[in-house]
Amino acid sequence: MKRFRLILDGLVKNNPTFVLILGMCPTLATTTSAINGLSMGLATLFVLTLSNMAISAIAPVVPDKVHIPAYIVVIATFVTLIQFLMQAFTPGMYETLGLFIPLIVVNCIILGRAEAFASKNGILDSACDGLGVGLGFTAALTVLGAVRELLGGGSVFGLQLWSADYGMLAFVMAPGAFLCLGYLMVLFNKIAKKEK
Amino acid sequence: MALKSNLKNMVISLTAICLVCSAILAGAYAITKKPIEKAQADKLMKSLTEVLPEFASSEKGVISVDGVEYPYDKALDADGNVIGYAITSKTAGFGGTLSVLVGITADGIVHNTSVLSHSETPGLGAKCTSDEKFMSQWKGLDFSAHSLTDGRLTVSKDGGDIDAITASTITSRAYTTCVNQAYAAFQAIINEEN
Repeated sequence: MKRFRLILDGLVKNNPTFVLILGMCPTLATTTSAINGLSMGLATLFVLTLSNMAISAIAPVVPDKVHIPAYIVVIATFVTLIQFLMQAFTPGMYETLGLFIPLIVVNCIILGRAEAFASKNGILDSACDGLGVGLGFTAALTVLGAVRELLGGGSVFGLQLWSADYGMLAFVMAPGAFLCLGYLMVLFNKIAKKEK
Repeated sequence: MALKSNLKNMVISLTAICLVCSAILAGAYAITKKPIEKAQADKLMKSLTEVLPEFASSEKGVISVDGVEYPYDKALDADGNVIGYAITSKTAGFGGTLSVLVGITADGIVHNTSVLSHSETPGLGAKCTSDEKFMSQWKGLDFSAHSLTDGRLTVSKDGGDIDAITASTITSRAYTTCVNQAYAAFQAIINEEN
């Protein structure tokens, strides 16, 4: 039950995008379409869950003064791992997200969860926290990507709902990312508050 | 409890972590090396078959025109006759480098073109990878049948007869430049081989 709560917290109460406002760089840059947002979210989810587990396992022995370099090495290992895997098995996706995959290393969500949660909790709890926050990030990026794709090009997940000629280009470009993110944040917090 | 932060412990723990991580990565690299190479070769092969007629084998080469190097692939049929060349041509587009693979058959006709990489504006210049009307202009394009300025093709806005993508003149211009450069490279290759 407690672990389920952890996952749910990551999705809603600690949602990295809408509540903690962490990892804005990949959020704004990769959400030009729903599928891009989804794959960036999944890549981050993978790294976050595994690094949370590994860090909670090594945290008890790593001396305090070197804990940041130690965590960074662990995170970088998982990021490189997923980079290899994507290059090998989903080259098309790797091309779209290319630059942002190595940047997962410095994504503050990952180091943030490592510091705030994984270093103080058990392996299974940390895995659940990583899964929850990762899912929250994935959901946020997918929704943001879907909204931008819909307004900008009239399609969702590549499924054309109306002609791309009616799309508002600005939403696919940088200004639209800020606009959509802002309004989604308002909406999310309004709904989340009501639930309480 | 965390080990005490003395020099010995710090060195030992960091070394141990780095060793384990490098071992994992070395393993992963060894496993994914083959699939990665295959994926890259497949991608090049796919674009080659897209821009050239059917061929049996291909050779790599590099040609230099005006100090710029153009990598190309020479496509051969089963008897070793040249079918055509796929030339990689790059220039500055609107948002960054636009890289186009231009397939030119041995008789000097542009067979087809394909964008290798671009960073043009989504919905505007990025249409150079999807706009049928713009892309079909390059299929079977014969330089001698077009109005040329200094032997180069130009978009209609510059007095030529290449139709630009709506609202993306700069991208269309860059694309046209890529094809022009590839054609110049093609002529250089022909000169060199004869």
